[in-house]
Amino acid sequence: MGLESSKWVIIFLVCWLYKNVSCNSVEQKIYVVLNNTVPCVRLLNATHQIGCQSSISGDTGVIHFLESEADLEWPLSKGPNPPYMVVLESSLFTRSIMMKMKNESSRVAGVAVVIPNTSPPEFSPHTTCPNENTGVYSDNYGPNLAHCNSTVWNPLGNGLSYEEFDFPVFSLNEDNETELIKQCYFDHNRAVNGSAPQYPLCAMQLFSHMHAVTNTPTCMRRNNINYSINPEMVCDPLSDNNVWGSIRPYNDTVFGHKENESVVIAAARLDSRAFFWEVSTGAEGSISGFVTLLAAAQALREVTHEAPPTRNILFAFFQGEAFDYIGSSRMVYDMEKGKFVIDLDNVHSILEIGQVAVHSGTNLFLHSDPVSRRNNTVNDEITNLVKNLQSSTAGLSFLLVEPGVSQPLPPSSLQRFLRARPIPGIVIADHKSAFNNRYYESFYDNAANLNLTYPSNLSPEEQLEFVTDTAKSLTDVATLVARALYKQAGGDESKVNTIKADPKIVTQMLYGFLVSSNNSWFQAMMSPDLQDILKPSPPQYYVGVAMSSTPTRLVQYLLANFTGAATNLTQSQCQKPDELPNESRQMYSYLWVQGIVPPNSTQRDSFCVRASVRLTRAISPAFELGEYASKDYSTWTESRWKFIKARIFLVASRDLEMLTLGVGVAVLFTFLLLTYFVSSKADVLFSSAREPASAAY
Amino acid sequence: MTASVFFGCTFIAFGPAIALFLFTIARDPLRVIFLIAGAFFWLCSLLLSSLVWFITVQISDKESASQQKGLLIFGVVLSVLLQETFRFGYYKLLKKANEGLLTLSAEETMPISIRQLAYVSGLGFGFMSGAFSMVNILADSIGPGTIGIHGDSQHYFLSSAFMTMAVILLHMFWGVVFFDSCEKQHWWSLAVVVISHLLVSCLTFQNPQYVGSLVPTYIIMFFMGLWAFFCAGGSLRNLKLCLTCKDKDFLLANHRPR
Repeated sequence: MGLESSKWVIIFLVCWLYKNVSCNSVEQKIYVVLNNTVPCVRLLNATHQIGCQSSISGDTGVIHFLESEADLEWPLSKGPNPPYMVVLESSLFTRSIMMKMKNESSRVAGVAVVIPNTSPPEFSPHTTCPNENTGVYSDNYGPNLAHCNSTVWNPLGNGLSYEEFDFPVFSLNEDNETELIKQCYFDHNRAVNGSAPQYPLCAMQLFSHMHAVTNTPTCMRRNNINYSINPEMVCDPLSDNNVWGSIRPYNDTVFGHKENESVVIAAARLDSRAFFWEVSTGAEGSISGFVTLLAAAQALREVTHEAPPTRNILFAFFQGEAFDYIGSSRMVYDMEKGKFVIDLDNVHSILEIGQVAVHSGTNLFLHSDPVSRRNNTVNDEITNLVKNLQSSTAGLSFLLVEPGVSQPLPPSSLQRFLRARPIPGIVIADHKSAFNNRYYESFYDNAANLNLTYPSNLSPEEQLEFVTDTAKSLTDVATLVARALYKQAGGDESKVNTIKADPKIVTQMLYGFLVSSNNSWFQAMMSPDLQDILKPSPPQYYVGVAMSSTPTRLVQYLLANFTGAATNLTQSQCQKPDELPNESRQMYSYLWVQGIVPPNSTQRDSFCVRASVRLTRAISPAFELGEYASKDYSTWTESRWKFIKARIFLVASRDLEMLTLGVGVAVLFTFLLLTYFVSSKADVLFSSAREPASAAY
Repeated sequence: MTASVFFGCTFIAFGPAIALFLFTIARDPLRVIFLIAGAFFWLCSLLLSSLVWFITVQISDKESASQQKGLLIFGVVLSVLLQETFRFGYYKLLKKANEGLLTLSAEETMPISIRQLAYVSGLGFGFMSGAFSMVNILADSIGPGTIGIHGDSQHYFLSSAFMTMAVILLHMFWGVVFFDSCEKQHWWSLAVVVISHLLVSCLTFQNPQYVGSLVPTYIIMFFMGLWAFFCAGGSLRNLKLCLTCKDKDFLLANHRPR
C-alpha cells in the first residue's frame, strides 16, 4: 500500500470512529432539554417593540406551577427562592395575570404556558380593534367610525400579543415533556405545610435572546452599520409574496394603466398570527376566506372559457394582512406607482371574502363602507353588486343581509384600496358586527373551531375525501361568490346557474390546510421540488420573513391548477416555454406539477400547467421608501436571534456552592503551606543515610 | 452549578498538584520537561487502552447491559495495566536518557537524580490523569444546574474532585515507589503498586456510594504516602528533627556532598 492509500485508510477510520462515538456525558445527567417548545419573539414597528426577551445567557428560575390568580403572591412576593419560572395552565393565561407578572418582573424569570389539546371557551390575544391605525377610517375619513368607536370587532381580545415582556414566554404542549416537568416540580418544589421547599429545587432555563430593540427605525439603522464584510443584521421586515391570478392573462412586463380594461377584484387574506412565534392556524380568520375563493375560482373556470365575461376577474390572495395590511398596501402602492399590470383606474369593484365559516344562524352579511357610499356613483355600484350577490343565492342554504346600521367595514384588505380611491366594494362575512370567531388570531383558531370532525374509523386518505358539513357550507359560499363575480364581470346571465363549486375540492382543501398538508391530493398538485414543504401537520400561516412560505406556495399551485390548463409540454419545455411558438412566459407562468399516480403504475403522471398566476412581492412600501417611521404603511419587523432553547435541571443552594468554594480555597492554601514547608526542608527530610552500592543516584 | 462550584472543585482536585508544581518543579526547567514527558506517556497509555476498549465495544452487543458493564471492568483493568506498563517504559527511557545526559553535561554529577525523576514522572502521570478525569466534569459544573434530575446523587462534583485529588497524589506516590523498586529490583513491591492501582480503580465501581469508594482510596493514599516517604529517603528521625526545628544543627553535623 502506498502512502496515498494508507492516508485514505486513516481518514476513513477516523470518520467512522467519529460517526460512531456517542456522548454519554455529564451534561445529560444534569439537563433535560425540552424540544417541543415554541417561544414568543420580539416584533417591532415604527414606535414600539412587542413580544418577549430573555437575557443573553438565558433566564433561570425555580419552577412554580400556578394554581390560581391568588397563588400569584408566592412567586411575586412570598416565595423564598426568587426568581421563579411560572408555569401556567391555559385557563390562567389571562391579561390580568400576565400584567401582574410584568409589573413584578424582577422576581419572575419567565413564563411557560401549557397549551391543552382542547380549546378554552374563548381566547384572543389580539387587540379589540385590529389594524386600527392603518385602515381607511381615521380622523379625516369617518371619524366617528374610526378606532372602533361604533363597532368593536374583536371584543374578546385581550391585547396580549401587543404587550412587551422583558422575560421569556414559552409554550409547552401537553405531552411527556410536560409530565416530566410536573414530576420534577412535585418531587422537589412543593412547599410542605407552608414551610419553604428544601434545596435542590427544580428549575427551568429559557433562552430566547432577541437582537433588535426599541423600534423599527433603530433596528434598520443598526442593520446598515457596516463594520465588517458580513454585517450583523438585527431584524428583518415581515414579508412574503402575494398570489394573484386572472381569467384573462396579462403581460407581466407591461405595467401601468391598461386602456379599456375593467377588472373585478376578488380578494382574500392568507395569513394569521398568534401569541407564540409561527404557531398560527387561522382556520376561521383566514383559511375559510381563501379556501372559498379558491373554490370559486375553480367553479368559474369552465364557464369563463365557454362564455368569457366582459370584464376580467382578478383573484388576489394577500399575505401579511394581520400586520397592518402588508400585502394589500403593497399592491395598492404598486398600482399607484404603475408597477402592477393594472392600476387603480382599471379596478371596477372589489369583492372580499372575510371570515365565513362560523355561522350563528343562516345569514351571511355584506359589509360596505358607509363613507364612500355617500357618493351616488359608488352607492349605485355597491347596490348593483349587492343585487348580483343576492340574486345568486338561489338554491343555497343561507340568506344575504346587509347590516342595517351605518357600520364601518370590518378589518379587511378593501380598506387599503379605499384609502387610495373610493372603489365600490363588499366584504362577505358571517358576523353582523362583532366577530363570531372567539379565537381571533390565536393558536386555538384551528380545525376544532370550524367543527371540522371526521368519523373515527377513517384512514387519512378516507378523511381526505370525506365531505364534512363545514365543507358543504363553504361550498355554498363559494358557489355564491363565483356566480356573483360572473355577473359582476358582465357574464352571460343564462349560464349563471351552471356555476357550482365542487364540495369534494373544498373538503380536500380543508383537510390539507387544517389537518395534514402531506396528503395525496396536495402532492399531486405540487411540483416535485417542493414536496418537502408538505408535512404531516397543518402548515403555519404566520407571514414570517422568508421569501415564500408554505401557504403561499400551496395557494399558488392550487390556483394554477384550478384556473389554468394542462399542456403537453415536457419538463424541459416547461422550463423554457419561450422556445415554442404559441407559448409565452410573459403572458403565463408554467409550472411543472407532479400529478397523480395512475392505478396500475408507480410513476406519476406529471404534466405542465399553464396558468396566469403570478407571485408579487408583499413587503411594506415603508421599506421600499425607507420611511421606517411611516404612519401610513406597515412597519413591522421581526427581530433576529442566535438560538432558542429551553431546559430543566436541579439547582443547589447558594450555601452549598459557597461551601464548595470555601473548601477548595482551604485545600489549596493548606497544600501550598505544606509544600512550602516540605520543600524548604527537603534536604533534611529525604536525607536518610542509605549507602547501597548499586543504586544510581 | 456555577462559577463558585467550578473554582471550588478545581482547587480541591488540582490544589495539591498546583502547590507541588509551583514550589518544587517550576523553577527547574529540566524537571518541567520530564514532567511533561511523563504526562505524555500517560496520555499514550490512555490512547492505547481507549482504542482497545472502543473496538471491543463496537464489536460487542450494545443492548446487553451486563456485557457493557463487563466490558467497562475489562477496560479499566486494561487501562491500569497499560498505565503501569508505560510507567515502566518511561523508567527504562529515563535510565537511558540519564546516561546520555551525563555524557553531554559538563559537570561530573547527574543534573537530576533518579529519585527526583521518580517524583516528577509520578506527578506528570498524576497531572494528566487528573486532567482527563476532571476537566469534562468541571466544564459542566459551570452551568446553572446540578446533578440530580434523574435521581443521581447530588454530591457528584465534590466527590469527583476529592477522588481526583487522591488519584493525583497516588500517582506521585506510585511513581516514587515504582522507580525505587525497579532500582532495587524488588519485584514484589512493584506488584504491590500495580495491585493497589487496580484496587483504587476498581473501588470507583462502588459509585454512587461515594463513601465506599472515597474512604478506602484515602486510606490507601495515606499508606502509599508513608511508603513513598520512606522510599524517598525519609525517616522518622528526620521528621522529628524537622518538626522540632533542630535541622540546622543536623545539616552542619552531617554535611556531605550529595
